[in-house]
Amino acid sequence: MSELLIKNGRVFDPINSINGDIMDIAIKNGKIVDDIPLSPDTKVIDASSMIVMPGGVDAHSHIAGSKVNSGRIMCPNDGRSGIEKRTKITRPCSGYTVPNTFAMGYRYAKLGYTTVFEAAIPILHARHTHEEFGDIPIIDKGGLVLFGSNWQVMEAVRENDIEKLAAYVAWGLSASRGYGVKIVNPGGGEAWGFGKNVSGLHDTVPNFDVTPAEIITGLAKANEMLHLPHSIHLHCNLLGKPGNYKTTIETMKLLEHIKPSMDRQVVHITHLTFNAWGGTNWGDFESKADAVADYLNQHDHVTVDMGQLIFGNATTMTADGPMQYANARLLATKWTNGDVELEDASGVVPLSYIRKMYIHDIMWAVGLEVALLTKNPWQVLLTTDHPNGGPFVNYPEVIALLMSARKREEEMSKLSNKMRDRTTLSGIGRELDWYDIAIKTRASHAKILGLTDHGKGHLGAYADADVTIYHINPDQVDAGREHATVKKAFEKPAYTIKDGKVVAMNGEITATPEGRTFWVNASVPEEDNTRLMKDLRLKFRKYYSINLANYMVQDSYVKHPVVIKAGGS
Amino acid sequence: MEITDAICSFCGSLCDDLTVKVEDNKIIDVKRACRLGASKMLGHERINSPMIRNEAGILEEASFDSAIDKASQILLHAKRPLLYGWASTSCEAQSKGVLLGEILGAVVDSTASVCHGPTTLGVQEKGLPTASLGQIKNRADLIIFWGCNPIHAHPRHMSRYSGYLPGFFLDRGRQNRKFVTVDVRMTETAAISDEFLQIEQGSDYVVLSALRALVNGKDDLVPDVVCGVSKEDLVRLSGMMRSCRFGAFFFGMGLTQSKGRYKNIDCALSLTNDLNTQTKFVITPLRGHYNVTGFGQVCSWQTGFPAVDLSRGAPYYNPGEMSANDLLMRDEVDASLIVASDPAAHFPSTSVRNLAKMPLIQIDPYANATTEIADVVIPTAIVGVETEGTAYRMDGLSLRLRKLVDSDYPSDEEILDKIIKKVSRKGDVC
Repeated sequence: MSELLIKNGRVFDPINSINGDIMDIAIKNGKIVDDIPLSPDTKVIDASSMIVMPGGVDAHSHIAGSKVNSGRIMCPNDGRSGIEKRTKITRPCSGYTVPNTFAMGYRYAKLGYTTVFEAAIPILHARHTHEEFGDIPIIDKGGLVLFGSNWQVMEAVRENDIEKLAAYVAWGLSASRGYGVKIVNPGGGEAWGFGKNVSGLHDTVPNFDVTPAEIITGLAKANEMLHLPHSIHLHCNLLGKPGNYKTTIETMKLLEHIKPSMDRQVVHITHLTFNAWGGTNWGDFESKADAVADYLNQHDHVTVDMGQLIFGNATTMTADGPMQYANARLLATKWTNGDVELEDASGVVPLSYIRKMYIHDIMWAVGLEVALLTKNPWQVLLTTDHPNGGPFVNYPEVIALLMSARKREEEMSKLSNKMRDRTTLSGIGRELDWYDIAIKTRASHAKILGLTDHGKGHLGAYADADVTIYHINPDQVDAGREHATVKKAFEKPAYTIKDGKVVAMNGEITATPEGRTFWVNASVPEEDNTRLMKDLRLKFRKYYSINLANYMVQDSYVKHPVVIKAGGS
Repeated sequence: MEITDAICSFCGSLCDDLTVKVEDNKIIDVKRACRLGASKMLGHERINSPMIRNEAGILEEASFDSAIDKASQILLHAKRPLLYGWASTSCEAQSKGVLLGEILGAVVDSTASVCHGPTTLGVQEKGLPTASLGQIKNRADLIIFWGCNPIHAHPRHMSRYSGYLPGFFLDRGRQNRKFVTVDVRMTETAAISDEFLQIEQGSDYVVLSALRALVNGKDDLVPDVVCGVSKEDLVRLSGMMRSCRFGAFFFGMGLTQSKGRYKNIDCALSLTNDLNTQTKFVITPLRGHYNVTGFGQVCSWQTGFPAVDLSRGAPYYNPGEMSANDLLMRDEVDASLIVASDPAAHFPSTSVRNLAKMPLIQIDPYANATTEIADVVIPTAIVGVETEGTAYRMDGLSLRLRKLVDSDYPSDEEILDKIIKKVSRKGDVC
C-alpha cells in the first residue's frame, strides 16, 4: 500500500528523546516504520532545512456538543467571521471562536494538529457530541466526561463505596463513549440546581452531604482503581474568583497521597490562566502563578495546562454554571445556561479580552508565567482552553511568546503598568526551545492522556503516521529575535500528514479523511455492577426524563471507534 | 411483538416511554402515547406512490427513479432554489439537506422561521438560560406557561416534565408546584392553573417589562393597571417568581408570533436572567414539530447558522432578507424543495402564490395542502415508525428514534442522497 519517506528533516520527537537530529521518517500503511526500501511507488518529501514533529495533540479543547452549538446559535456575529467558500474537496466554513464543525477539522489540520480531545461531555448529551464529532473531518477525537456533580457519584462518595463509584465511572464512559474523567467545580453544578455555588473544597454540597474534596479524592481513587489511561482532569472550585490560587494548590495537595496506577500524573488541573489568581477582589487582583509554579516544581503528581488568554473575542463555555452566571452579570452580556438533570450544569458567555484592561492583561500574563516558571516542560501543556481563553488558531502566537522574551516585552509595552507590578512576567528571561515546544504541543498531551502506547504524540515505530513538517530551519532562525518568522511557520506548516496521508500543505487542505474516536471500555467486577444498576434503574424510573434504554450512545454514532480497554488488574 | 421504550415522533416532547404492539408488520396498539402521537403511530392515509404533474396539470403516478430524475432536473436548472421544511424528519436527512443546499447554492430554511424563529433572534440578543426537562421535573416549584397551551399542543408535557410527576425535591408532584398561565384567553391549561393572568392581545412586551420592573425593585415605575392587568396581580406574580425555589418559564407562539415578536422573547429572557439574582429560574420554548429543534442544531453546527443562504458558496445568514418568506414575498424563488412540512397551509397567501407558480418538489410521507401545488411528489418512510433517525427534544436533548415496522418506502435521507448524487459534479465533496 502507500509508502512515504520524509527525508533529512530536523526531527523533534521528545517521547523518543530525539532532539533535532537529522533523520528520515518512513511511513507504510499509515504507520511509522523503521525503514522502507525505496521503490518507484514511494513518495518522498524532502524535509531538509525543515522541522519535523509528530502531529499535534490537543488534550483540552471545546470542539463539539451542546455548549459549542449554543455558542454558535447565540453568536451569529461570530459566524460572520471566518467565512470560507466550499471548494472541490472542502465544505464551507464559518466562525472564529465557534467555527462550524468542518472548519474545526480543517483549521486544526492546517495548524499541524491531528488529534483533539473535547474537554466536557455530559453523559446525557454525549450523543450530540458524537454527532458533531462525525462532522469534524480529518482529526482523531476523544472526549472527557463530566462526573463532578453527578448524583450517582456523590451518593457513592457519601457511602464511601469506591467500588460502586468505579463501576459508575466505567458505565458512564461506556454510555457516553467517552475517554476520561472530567470534574468541573465539583459539587458546584449540583448547588447551581438551586442557584447556589460551593464556597470551597470543604463546603458541603447542598442535599448530598459530601464536600468537593471528597468528590475529587473519591473520583481519583476510582480512576486509579480502573487503571484509566488518563488521570482525573480537573477544573478547580472557585475558578474565576480572585484569590483562588489557594484552592488550586490545596486541591493539588489533596491528591499527593494517591498512587497512580500507571506511569503518569494523578491529576491534570486545567486552564491555570483562570485559577492561579491572587488578591481578594477585582481591585487588588494579582497573579499568583509563581506560587502555583513553585508547588509544581516540587511535585510531580500534577500536570496542568495554560488556557492562555488571547486578546480579542472569545466564547467562554464550561460546565461551571454558577461561574458563568457571575461572568454574565459582571460583564452585562448575554448568557446561556444549560442545567443537565442529575449530572451537571453549564454556561456559555461570549466576551472580549481587551488590552489595557488590567484584569485581562494580568490573566494574559498568568498563563505564560505558569509555563515559564515551571521547570519541567512536560508539566505544563500549551492550550488556550479553546475557545475560553481564545480560539485554537492562535497557538502559533503562544508558541512565539514562549520562545521569545523579546516578543513578550513588545507585547507588555502595549499593556497596563498594573500588569508589570502584579505579575512576574517582565522578570522572566526564559525562552523555550523547539524541543520544549514539541513537548508542549504534542508529546505531553499524548503522555498525560495515556495515548503514547496507542500511537499518538511520537514518531517511534508503529506509531500512527501523524506528522507535521514546518517551514523553518532551526539552524538559521533565532526564535528569540525572529519571533514573527516562528509564528508564521507554525501558522502554516509545510505538510500535515495524517495516517500517512498529506491532509494539508502550506495552509491548504489537500485531503479530508474521516478521523477516529477513542473511547475507554473499563471492566468492573460483576457484583459492583449489579449494585450500581439497582441504583441506576431507580434513578431512571423516578428522576431522569428519559428511559435507560434510550440513554446510551448507540454504536451508529461512532463510525470509526478505537476502543481502549481498562479495568481492575 | 411488543416494542418497549419506543419514542414518539409527533411533537417536541419526544416521549420515549411508549410500548408498541406490532402484528404482521402493523402497529395495532400504542400504550402511553397521547391521542396525537397514537394517531400518527397507528397510521393514517399516506401518499401511495411518487407522482409527477403532467401537462394537463394532473398528478400522475410515476416511479421513484423518474420522480428523482425530474426533481434533480428542476433543482439543477434553478437559479434561486429554496429548500424548506425539515421539522418532521431526522437529523440525518436534515444534514443531507444542508449538503444539497451547498451543491445547489440554495437557501435552506426551516419551519422555525414561521414559528420559534423569533425565539432564536431573542437568544442571539440575550442567550438562553435553560435546563433539561428532567431538571425542571425534579426541582421546579413554580411553572409559568406564557402564550402556550400544552394540554392541547404537547398533551403529555405536564405529566412527564412540567407538573404532575413527583421529582427528587418535590415528592408530592403537583401539590408541591404552582402553575401560572398568562394568555389572552382562557385555555385548558389556564383552567387547571393556580393563577391565570388574562392580558390584552399584543401586550406581552409591556406586561413582561412591568414584571421586570417589579422583580428589580422598581415598583413605583409600574402603573395601577398594565394592559388590563392590575398592579396588584402583577405584584403577586412577581412575588411568586422571586420566592420560588426553582421557576420554569415555558412559552409558545402566543409570545413569538404576537406583536413584539423577538422583542417579547428578549424581554422574557431578560426577566429570567434578572430572576437568577434572587432565585433559580430557567426558560424553555415549547417547540412544536418533533425535530424542528434538530434542524436548528444541525444547520448551526454545519454552517454556523440556524438557517442559511448558500448562494455565495459560503454560509450567509440574515433573517429578514433570506428567510423563506422574505424570498417568496419578493418573488425570488424559482424552484423549491419542500421536505416534511406544509408551507401551502401556513405561509401568507402571496408567498403561497409565488411558491405555486414555480416548480415545487415535495418529499413527505403524507399528503397535505402543499401536495396540491407540487409538481413532483416523493413519498417516504415515517421516521420513528418505519425508519431510524436522530431527533432533538425541545430542550436540546438528542435521542435515537426507533424503527418499529418495515416499510417499502425509502427514507427522506435516501431520497435526498440520490438527488445529491444526480446534481453534484463528479469528484466534488458530497
